[in-house]
Amino acid sequence: MTLKGRAWVTGDDIDTDQIYHGQYLPITDPHEMAKHAMEYVPGMEDFPREAKRGDIVVAGKNFGTGSSREHAVLCLQYLGISCVIAKSFSRIFFRNAVNLGFPVIECPGLSDTLKTGNAVEADIESGKIADLTTGESFQGTPPSGLEKEIASSGGLIEYLKKSAG
Amino acid sequence: MGLTFAEKLLAFKAGRDLVQPGQILEVSPDVAMSHDNAGLVIRQFRQIGLKKVWDPSKIVIPLDHRVPAESTKTANAHKSIREFVREQGIASFYDVREGVCHQVLVEKGHILPGMLALGTDSHTTSYGCVGAFGTGIGATEMAAVWATGKIWLRVPESIKVQVSGSFPEMVFPKDFILYLVGRLGAEGANYCSVEFHGPAIADIEIPGRFTICNLSMEMGAKNAVVPVDSVTNQFLDGLPAGRGKAFLPDHDATYVGEEVCNISGLVPQVACPHGVDNVKPVEEVEGTRIDQAVLGSCTNGRIEDLKEAASLIAGKRIHPGVRMLVVPASRSVLLEGIRTGVITTLVEAGAVLVNPGCGPCLGAHEGILADGEVCIASTNRNFKGRMGSPTSEVYLASPATVAASAIAGKIADPRKVK
Repeated sequence: MTLKGRAWVTGDDIDTDQIYHGQYLPITDPHEMAKHAMEYVPGMEDFPREAKRGDIVVAGKNFGTGSSREHAVLCLQYLGISCVIAKSFSRIFFRNAVNLGFPVIECPGLSDTLKTGNAVEADIESGKIADLTTGESFQGTPPSGLEKEIASSGGLIEYLKKSAG
Repeated sequence: MGLTFAEKLLAFKAGRDLVQPGQILEVSPDVAMSHDNAGLVIRQFRQIGLKKVWDPSKIVIPLDHRVPAESTKTANAHKSIREFVREQGIASFYDVREGVCHQVLVEKGHILPGMLALGTDSHTTSYGCVGAFGTGIGATEMAAVWATGKIWLRVPESIKVQVSGSFPEMVFPKDFILYLVGRLGAEGANYCSVEFHGPAIADIEIPGRFTICNLSMEMGAKNAVVPVDSVTNQFLDGLPAGRGKAFLPDHDATYVGEEVCNISGLVPQVACPHGVDNVKPVEEVEGTRIDQAVLGSCTNGRIEDLKEAASLIAGKRIHPGVRMLVVPASRSVLLEGIRTGVITTLVEAGAVLVNPGCGPCLGAHEGILADGEVCIASTNRNFKGRMGSPTSEVYLASPATVAASAIAGKIADPRKVK
């Protein structure tokens, strides 16, 4: 599947408190959760209001470091973000993304050259990524094996239901 | 070919003789822990459509993050957890009185050597302090564990940390692990199993090992462990649950990295805003103004930590410009603090006693920081805005450095307290 959207480019070590602060953890309403996505990331204060359905977050290394909170994935999903492409992911964030059926791709070079607002195209099966604004292309690594199976089922719950049925 | 701790334990759990890093295994946990986020796990569990959890005796739920409930939302979540626990017959439920999940599980004997423990909390790595394999997962994954009793795990590469020397005066396991997180970086052990070895580790008691395994998460570790030794067994002999099954790494095991440290020259360390790997010797930040000092958390809220702080504070006053919060990690820590007079010492000096639990560590309640305020804490994270306002700052240090700073009204070197 190919995703196409505007890029929001951010840096290294974006932690789970920056993505979804601890004070908001009791919130269960998806719309409310989405309002606080990336709220503590410097320079991205407008993100929850300005992000459009289909936009793509592009980050540096160790994205999602910190807490095991799934809200860090859910808030992006609920906001309509289609995918996160990062140099690398923190272990639990990556696992949560797969388990919630949220596309993630590792791509070392992209965040160094890409500018916020550029149009990006990403193939979540092959990992091929293109900066449509500059024409530059990149090869990323999407989940493979069992992780791919879970992610492409739409997440762990759907995967379990499918396996049981 | 020899096996590391993680390889040996996971091979055993999967019923195999040999496993290799990178291999995916299906295993069944001995313990499945969730705290307040059990509310979210329950919601996901309902989605799967099953009526009963796979094994209520393996599920442990302590409430600790927002206790007692600070809002209606939380109160309702706690209520739904209590109802679920009754409905499913989950006996190991600890309501708001008991303390931080990791501390409660270790001190009540839920965690034994050789166990595979999963928790919906990143600091589940703490359980390596008694030779268990503890790792953090998300709520949806825990819902699947509740339903099936199974999880897939990738066999991690292992890093061996070899530590020699002895701790200088006023230098503690917290200083050592902050130093190591600084040296390896926030991603330095991502996806890896971290093993701690050497004579300096052998000298550390369980509370210090707890701190080390707990904070290993901050370099990305999947799990961290101090292999079982006489210190572990002595600790376990004081609990009713037995000694478990020790998995000791082989001498010819293969490690992806090996770190050698000598702690004899170590000085007190401070993790500066806004990363746990932004670590400096205390001299470099001495004199930084503080508004709040927090002594507590699963990282450093045990009786040893409170005593360490009280020994520096006894007979002195907390600086009038500083709010010092003391958050015992558990009810039994609080009770021992009362019995030994440690709580009296701290409160007499001007500290505020907060009920056992996570307290302000995650910025939820009980000590939120205002705009521009600065806090020094014995906790585990100093991410931007972690304890409140996005413009506030958190420095992390040992209980001794927190105590010295609380007296001075600014970040201070505990070695210089008269």
